Amino acid sequence: MGRDSLLIIVPAYNEEGAVGDVVRAVHAAMPGRPVVVIDDCSTDGTQSVARQAGAQVLPLPHHLGLGGCVQAGYKLAFELGYEYVIRLDGDGQHDAGDVPRIFEALRSSGCEMVIGSRFLEANGSGTSAVRSLGIGFFRMVLRPILGKPVHDPTSGFVGVNRRALQVFSKSFPLEYPEIEALVVLQRKRFRFMEIPCKMHPRTTGRSSITAMRSIYYIAHVLLGVFVNVLKYDQKGGRKKRRTDGES
Amino acid sequence: MDRLLNVLTLLSGVLLLFVLVSVRRAHIRVEYSVTWLLASAALLILSRARGLLESAAHTLGLTYPPLALLLVVGCVFLMMFYRFSVIISKLRDDNIALAQRLAVLEYHLQNLRDGASNA
Repeated sequence: MGRDSLLIIVPAYNEEGAVGDVVRAVHAAMPGRPVVVIDDCSTDGTQSVARQAGAQVLPLPHHLGLGGCVQAGYKLAFELGYEYVIRLDGDGQHDAGDVPRIFEALRSSGCEMVIGSRFLEANGSGTSAVRSLGIGFFRMVLRPILGKPVHDPTSGFVGVNRRALQVFSKSFPLEYPEIEALVVLQRKRFRFMEIPCKMHPRTTGRSSITAMRSIYYIAHVLLGVFVNVLKYDQKGGRKKRRTDGES
Repeated sequence: MDRLLNVLTLLSGVLLLFVLVSVRRAHIRVEYSVTWLLASAALLILSRARGLLESAAHTLGLTYPPLALLLVVGCVFLMMFYRFSVIISKLRDDNIALAQRLAVLEYHLQNLRDGASNA
């Protein structure tokens, strides 16, 4: 693989209504770059729709949840020797037109992770009041841990380089990965930055985080964050936190 | 007190037998049956060894000796539940890693098939 090799991964679960358009939009935005749809054992036609749209498919034998699904893509990319991976969701909410800007930011900044943020600029992204409240809460929790602000900690529109890929292919949060992944990176003293991105309203399917699950989500992610903060590296104890960096 | 201890003896005996039959029929793997067998044997011995039970109750400050037995049983089962949680967590991790590996291998296989059919 070359120094600029990029794999675009699209985790999808029962997204036959949207995943085809996502793949076509990515191909239009990044012609010639491979797109792999990671099918989390969908019960609908997600796999065939993705293939027809020109994507390759990584078919999971049973449902692993978002974290396990994304990690499978990271493992594949690492094994194939890719330098960069960009992940966007299969529900069509992320704008594939932003993929080139994330890729450019990854290449030029040297950051291990680039997050496509809905909240850096007013971009018409509609988020419910409850969800905004949750995101605000996690911003507050993460600020002292990361040593710098993160505007959109729950964004699933993320690019990583090979160093992050190496870490994530071995250790990646399995259920609600976005926030915990930031803490995992922080423990490795990796850098991240955010760039403004657009987000479209969901047109098909439904979010896995319902009102009832949001309470479980908050408790689960909080616990995951603190467990990661308290983890000690095997050599030399916990590493010193970074307080500088981009974004 | 005697009646309660007799009931506990009977229950632990039934549990012991049930676990042994399950192992024989391969419903439980031998390594996981050890914990159950030890727990039920301990319950059986304590429910019959009155002197031991009374001294344990005295040490714990309990006026009613069978409570000591129930406390011991509760602790043993809590430890067992913890052990099973550890085992389940490991199995889940192994299962995820295997599923991911299988998916990656299937991906490679599909690419090989596509390559062969294009050639």
